Amino acid sequence: MAVRELTFRIMRYNPDEPEKKPHLQDFHLTEEPGMSLFVVLNKLREEQDPTLRFDFVCRASICGSCGMLVNGKPTLACKTLTKDLPPVTTLLPLPVFKLLGDLSVDTGVWFRDMSLRTESWIHTDETFVPDAPEVRMDNELALKIYEAERCIECGCCIGGCATANIKSDFIGAAGVNRVARFMVDPRDKRTEREYFDVVGTEDGVFGCIGLMACDDNCPVGVPLRDQLAYVRRKMAVAGWHYQKV
Amino acid sequence: MSHYDTFVTDVLVIGAGLAGERAAVEAATQGHNVILLSLVPPRRSHSSAAQGGMQAALGNSAMGKGDSPDVHFNDTVKGSDWGCDQDVARLFVETAPIAVREMAHWGVPWTRVTTADHVYDGKVIHEDPENAGLITARNFGGTAKWRTCYTSDGAGHTLLYTLDSMVLRLGITVHDRVEALSLIQDGERCYGAIVRCLRTGELRAYTAKTTVIATGGYGRLYGASTNAIINEGSGLGLALDTGVVPLGNMEAVQFHPTGLVPSWILITEGARGDGGYLLDKNLHRFMPDYEPAKKELASRDVVSRRIMQHIRAGYGVESPYGDHVWLDIRHLGAEHINTNLREIATICKNFRGIDPVTDLIPIRPTQHYGMGGVRTNIDGQAYGLKNLFALGEAACWDLHGFNRLGGNSLAETVVAGRIIGEKIAKFTAEASLDVKSSLVEEHLNKQADRVARLRENRDGTEYVFDLRHEMEQILSQHVGIFRSGESLQAAVDQLRDLHERTKHIGLRGGGRGGDPEMDAALRLPGMVRVAYCIAKGALARQESRGSHYREDFPKRDDANWLNRTLAYWPEGADEPELRYEPVKITESPPGDRGYGEASRGANSAKS
Repeated sequence: MAVRELTFRIMRYNPDEPEKKPHLQDFHLTEEPGMSLFVVLNKLREEQDPTLRFDFVCRASICGSCGMLVNGKPTLACKTLTKDLPPVTTLLPLPVFKLLGDLSVDTGVWFRDMSLRTESWIHTDETFVPDAPEVRMDNELALKIYEAERCIECGCCIGGCATANIKSDFIGAAGVNRVARFMVDPRDKRTEREYFDVVGTEDGVFGCIGLMACDDNCPVGVPLRDQLAYVRRKMAVAGWHYQKV
Repeated sequence: MSHYDTFVTDVLVIGAGLAGERAAVEAATQGHNVILLSLVPPRRSHSSAAQGGMQAALGNSAMGKGDSPDVHFNDTVKGSDWGCDQDVARLFVETAPIAVREMAHWGVPWTRVTTADHVYDGKVIHEDPENAGLITARNFGGTAKWRTCYTSDGAGHTLLYTLDSMVLRLGITVHDRVEALSLIQDGERCYGAIVRCLRTGELRAYTAKTTVIATGGYGRLYGASTNAIINEGSGLGLALDTGVVPLGNMEAVQFHPTGLVPSWILITEGARGDGGYLLDKNLHRFMPDYEPAKKELASRDVVSRRIMQHIRAGYGVESPYGDHVWLDIRHLGAEHINTNLREIATICKNFRGIDPVTDLIPIRPTQHYGMGGVRTNIDGQAYGLKNLFALGEAACWDLHGFNRLGGNSLAETVVAGRIIGEKIAKFTAEASLDVKSSLVEEHLNKQADRVARLRENRDGTEYVFDLRHEMEQILSQHVGIFRSGESLQAAVDQLRDLHERTKHIGLRGGGRGGDPEMDAALRLPGMVRVAYCIAKGALARQESRGSHYREDFPKRDDANWLNRTLAYWPEGADEPELRYEPVKITESPPGDRGYGEASRGANSAKS
């Protein structure tokens, strides 16, 4: 197979040099076997431009650091292989999040804010008794909680969401999924009403216009569409109940 | 000093992985103000990558029946090749079950015992219906019982997300995307840290009654590591640079046999456990030539050694990423691979674009874990400097001695966090914040000067990424799985030279703001000093123990080397100084660990 020369068209912007407007810069390198965008971007930084900014941590699609737009699609750079890319690839930072420079965005701050707003912790008055055996849980339930907890906070569902792009307080699919995670967990003693106060607003489930790019873009396959449906269904049932009472 | 942001707190925790967050939660619960510093958003810490689980002797599962802290203790001490501190091991095994249950109370969806029968290795296992719904455990190498508690394939992820939810709930202050550059200290006592914001490049001063190092491992000193890229040993460098705090047992480095080339992501032992082969460049299955009895299933340290031996003999497959061998699981068939080994298939597909049903998997033994770290006492207090604590992989508490058991590292983070967090809280309650502003200023100015010199290229033109790769090469080539006096001496000589060259780094990109080249340039000298401690400790230790294997001294030597290395870097010195302390033996006198049948899987790991 012929060795390919690849072009990467990368958005450049350094907030410390505001006089230079955001622009695209072309980089060229020779493709190698098994090459991922993790390898590509590090090579470009070390061999061509040491100021190039991007984020990786685990480089194994576990930590959620490297979400970016690869030819327009939000995905994790670490698991994107060059053999699946055309000769010219455009790399842009994820929208919605604050831009720190080039491809680096502040997803951490966004997710922390969302976690605080949805009060993403177990609400209980029970205290831990060190010598007591653990409270039993059916394994099916444990798996159900884990399914929602698998979200890695990469922001691909947010970057590709039409609502999140125009509505800065929208908690997005990640936020709805987070609420669903706690709703199924019997250790969390919040009432349905308390969950709905958080999620039953224009910034919660009612902000969603149903395009479902989030479900398509999730790089770890969290069933975001199902979670959204789950929360809406619970609300519909509860709403009917409240009206009766 | 007015143009720097300054922060004052009771407890300053550097590192927001599991160990740091667990200690922070304990200190905050007991009423202290805590600030957590992190290189990355806390949930991106490397703790999240641990997929295996944490060991705790709950004994709920059928294969864990009869387990107890005593059995866990014996496994841990034997696994350490009698290099660990037995008081610490005892405290650890007694606390682990409590720590697991506490994490369940806080929200971890641990996998539970079910009544359905399951098959393992051709044998049907019947679970006790009485135990249904309790926390179950899986099998891990080097353990007499199934003891590793887990959450499907995401134990580290769920532990970290749950602990971070406690950090949110308690309102603990987190400053992410920052890096500590030095500890504020006067040779007697620690008062906080000088920190650089990685968003803007600005320096800040944090002062605290108690400072805690929980920065994780240093795998990235070896270019090829299963570790996340942030595991650069920065906390070890901070401690070493004080001149008075030693690093313990830095020569004890664990390698995992099957890291995927070239991303070095871990391929779990299951591939070989289910019958996978290792092939060389001629597609010859070479393990039976070396280990006729155990073949690919000899213990991890043995398999790692044999692979490297074969590559050194010229049978490796050449690649742009260095020589490797093949892992072959094709003969197991599509059905088996896509069900029982699905995780491996996914990794191969995502990170190498290959399908192990039809393709060979390129693998090479890869650095995985550091047993050594900032030496502390059993309370987590660092040697040599008051008001400084350390825990987790960054510390040498010393639970692991010369070899860590799989499942014991994740357990150490939350167990040590619980125990040492309480010690920190108690210590802090009686401490005062009594720091001279001139001392803070002196440390700030020192770091500001480093930044300025780099930005203005005053010291030279050495390119940081070139030096970094040289360091990685030196460690990988000379301080890897096979070690010998001659090769280690070469490493020491080269690292001495490299350390000198780190004083002459010049930037090519200008270094403005949160510039990645500046980040690397500020970090590298400390990394090279830590690397130097690894190499020099390995050269001095003239025996083989656990993961430290000397070809010229292939036997363990308890008469001369039943001790712990302490590496200091005195101020102004150009190399580390080694001292030694005895290893405390309380319950279990050194016995035969063996490297064959008796210890199969003992050199276990995070998977």
